[in-house]
This record gives sequence, structure tokens and C-alpha cells, in this order.
Amino acid sequence: MNTTDADATAQFAAAIATGDRAAIARALNLLDDRRPQARRQAAALLTLLQLDQNTPGGHLIGITGPPGAGKSTLSAALIRVWRQRGLRVAVLAVDPSSPLSGGALLGDRLRMQTSAEDDGVFVRSLSNRGQFGGLSAEVWPMSIVMLAGFDIVLIETVGVGQREVDVARLCDTTCYVAQPGSGDSVQFLKAGILEVPHILVVNKADMGAVATRTHSELASALKRTHPDGNWQVPVLATSAASSDGVVALADALAQHYQLLQTEQRLAQRRKHYQSYWLHKRLLEEFGSFGIDRLGGEKHLLALIESQPMNLYEQYETLRWRLYNELNDIDR
Amino acid sequence: MENIPKWNPTNICSYHLQEAGATPTQELAYALSTATAILDAVQASGQIAPDRFADVVGRISFFVNAGIRFVEETCKLRAFGRMWDTLTHERYGVTNPKQRLFRYGVQVNSLGLTESQPENNVQRIVLEMLSVTLSKSARARAIQLPAWNEALGLPRPWDQQWALRMQQVLALETDLLEYGDLLDGSPVVEAKVQELIDGAHEEMARVDAHGGMVACIDNGYVKRELVQSHTRRMRNIESGALQIVGVNCYQESAESPLTAGEESGIMRVDERAERDQIASLQAFRATRDNEKVAQALQQLRSAAADGSNIMPVSIACARVGVTTGEWSEVLREVFGEYRAPTGIDIAPMEDSGSDALQGVRNRVRKTGEELGRPLRLLIGKPGLDGHSNGAEQIAVKGRDAGFEIVYEGIRLTPAQIARAAQEEGVHLIGLSVLSGSHLELVEDINKELNKIGASGIPLVIGGIIPEEDARQLQEQGLKAVFTPKDVDMNTIMNTMVTIIREANGLEPAA
Repeated sequence: MNTTDADATAQFAAAIATGDRAAIARALNLLDDRRPQARRQAAALLTLLQLDQNTPGGHLIGITGPPGAGKSTLSAALIRVWRQRGLRVAVLAVDPSSPLSGGALLGDRLRMQTSAEDDGVFVRSLSNRGQFGGLSAEVWPMSIVMLAGFDIVLIETVGVGQREVDVARLCDTTCYVAQPGSGDSVQFLKAGILEVPHILVVNKADMGAVATRTHSELASALKRTHPDGNWQVPVLATSAASSDGVVALADALAQHYQLLQTEQRLAQRRKHYQSYWLHKRLLEEFGSFGIDRLGGEKHLLALIESQPMNLYEQYETLRWRLYNELNDIDR
Repeated sequence: MENIPKWNPTNICSYHLQEAGATPTQELAYALSTATAILDAVQASGQIAPDRFADVVGRISFFVNAGIRFVEETCKLRAFGRMWDTLTHERYGVTNPKQRLFRYGVQVNSLGLTESQPENNVQRIVLEMLSVTLSKSARARAIQLPAWNEALGLPRPWDQQWALRMQQVLALETDLLEYGDLLDGSPVVEAKVQELIDGAHEEMARVDAHGGMVACIDNGYVKRELVQSHTRRMRNIESGALQIVGVNCYQESAESPLTAGEESGIMRVDERAERDQIASLQAFRATRDNEKVAQALQQLRSAAADGSNIMPVSIACARVGVTTGEWSEVLREVFGEYRAPTGIDIAPMEDSGSDALQGVRNRVRKTGEELGRPLRLLIGKPGLDGHSNGAEQIAVKGRDAGFEIVYEGIRLTPAQIARAAQEEGVHLIGLSVLSGSHLELVEDINKELNKIGASGIPLVIGGIIPEEDARQLQEQGLKAVFTPKDVDMNTIMNTMVTIIREANGLEPAA
């Protein structure tokens, strides 16, 4: 990269850090761009945005749950609470795509429930693009850009199987929204299919008895201490009709973030989970054969985490190492 | 019932359902399911004494559509009458046959009116009118007819007069009204009516299984079914399975004298009209007692918030000169604004693998690869018109062609659309406007895009747009203007891909 490019990238990063909406939109487009030159630019940009691993930037929150649980409405209500508290919010909404055409219908009803005139809210939708049933690889770098420009970054997606695991392994705090009357959530939790979220929410509490039953079933199915340690998983009730539950949810989310900061676990946690994403990206590009060439998953994750280097640079380095090794095999 | 006993408290509308693609069976089922949902709620509220409930049932009326398949439509109305009679008797125990009458008004179909050879719309409208008058036992109590030039733009007074004279000729010159029911006893009609009734009962059972009509509106079931039906209709027009004269067959035409004149056969709105209207509103507001207005609005707000009857306070509002805008703004503050499901999340159609579509799909994918990321398209529906068929069909087709589609429903502001386009990083914005205010809305959206530094995104528009306006829009930088003449959606998709390619410095072909 020459000096002019470096200057331009520095300006770009600075604009993102001030929350410049046009710059953030442009950065998200860049991170979505798979052309080699765009990837190089993206790596340079992310390096600048991640210069100091100890600066947390915003709070990265994941909201998952089955279809129809009311995630969008709940997210919109949360956004209103955060805006009242003066916090700026970015949302990454992840929707499924059609395996047939690659096309997708994006943008749920969330944006329309927030004010169009409010500069403090930014919503980007992303199609899932059929990636192993999990979250598409762009979610990780995009969340970094959003964290640089916003106080809160919300990742919202239908949480089933791998996608739910991916969200749990990316976000600082995860919140699972259960549908009243559906036993699925309870079954998933008991079976250990569901990663334990930091916060459980029974939405549509105005459904009365059904919601109350789901609430108590979840509360009893759950080991209340989170595997992360030192965190009692709250089971909250929310409803679109009343804002009380939503305020309590916003408080619980903030408490968990506070805990991560107090115990100085945030940076370490992010690095840990970002390593997982780096591994995922390599897995998508090179398959398990490639991961084996790098010494296997466990070794690779330990390697990534022990390096002081920026993750995106590591990613590029590991990618080239694999390219070269695979080329050698060909010869 | 006490103060205004002749009032029709609700007019159950199924007109818009057919306009959105409903089949006769769906129109029957959704109208009657809506009626029972409302009556059940009234009954459950306990506000009506059980012995007076039949009086409420007797005041329910309907607003129905009638399309060009006029035999089927006549049968639909006979089916409506019979089903309503049974339903009110069995479900609500109404014994007086007069209170079980299916009372309805009708506007005939606008969906089938064409921009091409618009004079043909006259015979379409007349045949549709016949369908709701032919059978005496199922005759409409009130009819309104669209004008022949609705697909071109707004009708002039003369066009409206022509529509009015159609029913006057039918009523006063023909002998239709001199006879009893012409269709009673026809085995063909009887069989068709029974078929429609059976189909409607099945669909009503599905609605019940999905939690009833209110739940089905909220969870998107009804909207998805309608989008599905309309998508099927559009596919049939594209393939030629459904013939529309002047559109996909017999397209040749001598030049029409009806659209030749200076006005090109439509109403031109005087630009001063808006200014005059605003001035008159301001003058009105200046002369009323604004303290009383504020008080009345405050009473409305409290009544809405605590759930009491808002009718008396609304009347009080009207008396002191509260405007409709002020009144509804207060209710919006209290209740929030409802965003309906868009219904576009339907499964791809069986024929979605056709060669033409496959060709578009390849271009979408290839262009996406050249630009580094999948092509994204924002479909925006600005302004107050709720005619969303076009936007929905483009969204569904776009998804099937491989676009990533952002579509967030009707009644968006220019600011909402501009912001969504920027936040979502779309390659193209497609607007859909059928209200006639395309010039103003496009100007506003361009302004908003400029304001937020997103003016580079190319813009296309679809809707009822007169040729002269289309030229003006293209001069203002719009890349394409689509009108009802453009029925081949693969061509529309291809045009959009080309526009995206050109806007990004790629060869237009490929």
C-alpha cells in the first residue's frame, strides 16, 4: 500500500469512528466485496479499526430465537429504550436466502418501527448465502465496523442449529427469545442443542397463562449459572404492550457487559470468538483438509489466540500458507 | 343502534382482495371470515344485549369486486348471498330473513383494466357491471364503475360521466329490471355456485386452523395467499395462458383518437391546486379557536389511552374544527402505526426455472461476481397509495432472479427510502407509484439521497405514469420508467441488470 492509499484508509477509519453513516455504509459494502483488491483494502481498514484490542468499542449483542417469537418487535422496543438512554445502535439482521436462485428477501419489519429521521440507528440486512447453515462469514468483519461507530451492535437472526451457535460464539452477550407455548426451546435447552444464552426472554407475555407456563418451564430447565462463570442467567418476560419488561432486558444486557468489563474479560472473549470465526472462514475456503494441514482445529485456535498480531492479518497469513502448501502438494 | 339505527357500522370490504389477486373463492372466504371475526368480537364484548344482536347482524354490509369472468362472478354473488344467509342463521341465530340479506355495493374490477388499447376497458366494465346485476336475487344495491382510462392516469369529469351513463343505460333503457331472477333453476349456475361455496368453506376452515382472520392478517397468511394468487396470474399473462386482448394478443391497433389530444386523454392536475389547498387549510386553522382545538385533542388522547369510546370526543373534535390529520396524528401517537406483513415470502413458482428466467439469473449472478458482491435491489413504495401489487411482484420475481431484495411495504417517506438504500448498500432503487404524484416523490427522494451522500445509486420507477411525465422523469436522471404495458417481468429484470452494469462502469451486455 502506498502513502496515499494509507492516508485514504486512515481517513476512512476515522470517519467510521465518528459514526459517519455514509462511511459506515461504504465500509460494509467493501467488507461484502470478494474481489482480491477489496479484500486487501478491507484488511487494511480493519487493522486500523482494531488497533487497540483493549478498546472495547460498542457492546455486541446477539438476539436469536425461533421464527414468530417477535424478535423484530422486541428489538425495535429495545432500540427505543437505548435511544432514550442516548446510545447509538447498529443492527445486522440476518435473513435466509434461496438455495435455488441465491436471491433473498431482506429487511424484516424492524427498520420501519424505528424513526427514519434518527441518525442514531443504522440497519444493515444480510442474506445468509447458504453458508453451512450458519451465519455468513461477512457478519464478523461487519460487526467490527459497526462496533467502531456505534455504542450497541445488535445481531438479529432466526436461531436454529448452527446459526444459533455462530451467534453465541460471536457476540459479547447473547439473548434467546422464546415463543410462548412452544416446547421447542425447552427441549433444545435440555438436550444441550441450544448454547446457553446469557439472557432468556419469554416474549409476548401478554399471552397470559401460556407465557407464564413457558417462563417457568424455561426457568426450571436451565442451569442458572452460565458456563462463562459468574453470571446467573435471568429469565425475563417482555411484551409489546408494556415497556417494563423491555427496560429490564436492556438493564440485564448492560449488566452483563459491565461484568465483562469489570472482570476484564471482554477483549479476551472477543479474541477467542474472533479466532473461532477466522477458523470458520478458513474452513469454508479450504475444508477440513486445510484445517488439518494447519495442525487441526484445537492447535489452530490456540495458535491464533497466542499471536499478538491483528486477526485479519493472521487470516491473510494463514491463507497464503495454505495456498503454498496445497500448491506444493500439486507439484 | 340507539342513536343512529340506520347506520352501517362496518362495510366489510373484499374489493381490494380481488385487486390484490384473490380468486373468487378467496374473496368469499376472506370476506365472510372477516365478518364473523367482527361479529364474534362484538358479541364477546357484551355491549349488545343478546336479544338485540340480530339487529347488529342486519346492519352489516359488504363491498365487493367483480371481474371480467362474469358468469363466475355472478355465481360468486349468489354464493355470497347463500353463505351469508346460512351463516347468520346458524352462527348467530338470526330468524328474520330480512336481517340475513347479503347487502352489498360493488365497484367493478380495476386490476383487469389495460393501458394498451384503453378503449377496450369500456366493454370490460360493462360486462363486469352485468355480472352484479344479472341475477335479481344477488343484485348489487349500489354500483360504482371505474373510468376507461384509469390505467393511463386520473380520469377527467367527462370520463367519469361516461362510467355513470353505463349504469343509467342498463337501468333505464334495457329491460333487465322488468324480470325476476333469470338464473334460478339453471343447473350450470347451480353447480358453479356450489363449487364456489365448497371452496370457500375449505379456505375458511384453513383460516380457522391458522387462528382466525385477525391472526391470519397479523401472521401474514392471508397476504401471502394473495401474493401467491397474483403471482400465478402474472405468470399466466406472461406465458399467454391467460389472454388479455391488446396486451398479450391482438396488440396491433390503429391510432386512437381518444388519447391523441393535448391532454392525451387524462386529467392534468393544476399545479396551483396543492398550493390553494394548503392556503385554505392554513386560513381555516387561523380562524378557529385553537385553545378549544387543543383541549379537544387532549380529550381524544386521554380517551384513546384509557380505552374508552372515542366517538363522543371525536365528534367534539369535529365541532371545534380539528382536522383529520390532527385527529389521526393523536391516535398514531397513542396506538403506534401498524406495519402489515408484506406477504412476499412465498415459495418460488413451479415455472421459475424457465429459460428466460434462467438467462436473467445468470446475468444477475455474473454481474454480482464482477462487482464483488450479490446484487441488491431496494423496492420502495413512497407516498400514500397502497397499491402494492407491482412492488410485490417485482420483489418476488427479483428474489427468484437472484437479487437480494429489500422491500419494507407501503407508505414510506422519501427519507425512509433514501436511508434504507444507503444502509443496505443497494445497487439500484426501484420505486412504485400509482398515486399520480410520481414527479413530486421522485424529486423528494433525489433530494434525500443527495442530503445523505447517496446520490450515486441509480433509480427506476414503475406505475401509472403518463408518457409526458415519463420523459420528464428520465430528463431528471431516472434510468427507466415502467408502466402497465410492461408485462414481461424478465425483460424488466434484464433492464435493471443493464442499468446496474452501466452505473458501475461495466459493459452493458454480458
